[in-house]
Amino acid sequence: MSALNTHSRLEKILKAGHLGVTSECGPPRGSDAEEVKKKGLLIKDYVDAVNVTDNQTAMTRMSSLAACIHLKLLGIEPVLQMVTRDRNRIALQSDILGAASFDIPNMLCLSGDHQSFGDCKSGQNVHDLDSMQLVQTVRYMRDEGKFLGGDAIKRPPKIFVGAAANPFADPFEIRVPRLAKKIACGAEFIQTQCIYNIDKFKEWIRRATDRGLTEKTFIMAGMTPMKSVGMAKYMKNKVPGMDVPDEIIARLAGVPKDKQAEEGVTICVEHIQELKEVKGVSGFHIMAIEWEEKVPEIVQRAGLYPRPQV
Amino acid sequence: MIIAKKKPIEEIIGEVENFDRILILGCNECVTVCEAGGKKEVEILASALRMNFMAQGREKTIDERTLERQCDHEYLEEIRGDIDKYDAIVSLACGVGVQFAAEKYLTMPLLPGVNTVCLGANEDRGLWTERCQACGSCILARTGGICPVSRCAKRVMNGPCGGSTNGKCEISKDVDCAWQLIVDRLKALNKMEDYEKVAPIKDWSTDRAGGPRKVTREDVKI
Repeated sequence: MSALNTHSRLEKILKAGHLGVTSECGPPRGSDAEEVKKKGLLIKDYVDAVNVTDNQTAMTRMSSLAACIHLKLLGIEPVLQMVTRDRNRIALQSDILGAASFDIPNMLCLSGDHQSFGDCKSGQNVHDLDSMQLVQTVRYMRDEGKFLGGDAIKRPPKIFVGAAANPFADPFEIRVPRLAKKIACGAEFIQTQCIYNIDKFKEWIRRATDRGLTEKTFIMAGMTPMKSVGMAKYMKNKVPGMDVPDEIIARLAGVPKDKQAEEGVTICVEHIQELKEVKGVSGFHIMAIEWEEKVPEIVQRAGLYPRPQV
Repeated sequence: MIIAKKKPIEEIIGEVENFDRILILGCNECVTVCEAGGKKEVEILASALRMNFMAQGREKTIDERTLERQCDHEYLEEIRGDIDKYDAIVSLACGVGVQFAAEKYLTMPLLPGVNTVCLGANEDRGLWTERCQACGSCILARTGGICPVSRCAKRVMNGPCGGSTNGKCEISKDVDCAWQLIVDRLKALNKMEDYEKVAPIKDWSTDRAGGPRKVTREDVKI
């Protein structure tokens, strides 16, 4: 895993053996780029790269690619998230080239939340490719220098390719085989779903390590601090594929309302500290949803600051 | 079979409002089995329309007829002799039957009385569920006999996605996760090793994406 395939800083940091740190910015529901720039600048020095979500929860937003470009122009390394829900293979390949033309060096391939969660419930979904096939597509374009149709690409995209994994979705027994498939498709890094059930996550990564999968990809553990007990309950009950143990809810409920956010951050820091020691964990993906200002504190308190210079 | 659902009566009334001589035309195939457009539903719709117009003091002719099939020239020809008696036909066949009748009787308004829903099975009394989207290139041999195209809300070829919870799909607790079903079947077949085979990018040109489809069989042509 040592040779570099791209100019991605994230790739360099992970391949140098450091724990990587990424975070995310959700583009605004409007055309004001200042919002995304402000979020990016808040976390710039505390993370190696910033994921830019692609119409997350199927709510229409500024395009991920445009927001990535805004960040890139500020010297922030983006991870372009791309879902297969909204674009067919022509549009996907075209956007990959568009991203590469701005030297956006990282991509995360996803299927995307179903449109029924968002603001266009009556819309079509595309799903011409699935997320694994999108990983294959980016790798093919990069490594073979070709379009899916077989023609040569002038200046192929140099993109470090990632995929998501949810250690908590069902059925649990295929979660590791599914990870193996994503790696077989060419996923070079994995960012996981938010982890609250530490024991279950450890079991998942142990099984992955036993199969040698953590030698083949970099697994970045997904972390989202809870703002309140209400958020914890919402995540547990309403967000698909989320596993929030009752003790997390009880712990948040056990402190006064005005201290719950602080407690949420503390839980997040403790989880990072615990997982730093777990074999197979290569870094952390800190998704502080509309709470980007907390990322510097989390990174510092978790002992992940300063970020390595590579 | 083709699964259809009765259109709301208000919608049908709106469509036939301006016609005086109306034929309600049922079909004795799929729509009879799924209880949306057979002889019984023709009778019910005709009675409802009669009552509606009678209450308004309007006199209309509303006749009933049910053909063996509306997707076949032979049966559709049976009404040719009577066609001039009507101003409009409400067909309770699927979209195929409605169109085939419209093609045959060029100047006759053909109004659909059902919404065609899907290709499905009669899972239980009063319950019909989708099983096939006619993608034109069947992959069931690779997926334990469960179709991810028709039964996964994201038609994920290498599933399940991260939204699968307790065997259900992220869109609703009432929808089974197709990939949970696939995994269960592969386990039952002792073929879990198949799960790790990556499904290749699908050729959708045989799906609706490739334009209207046709099957030509030289060997059975007359």
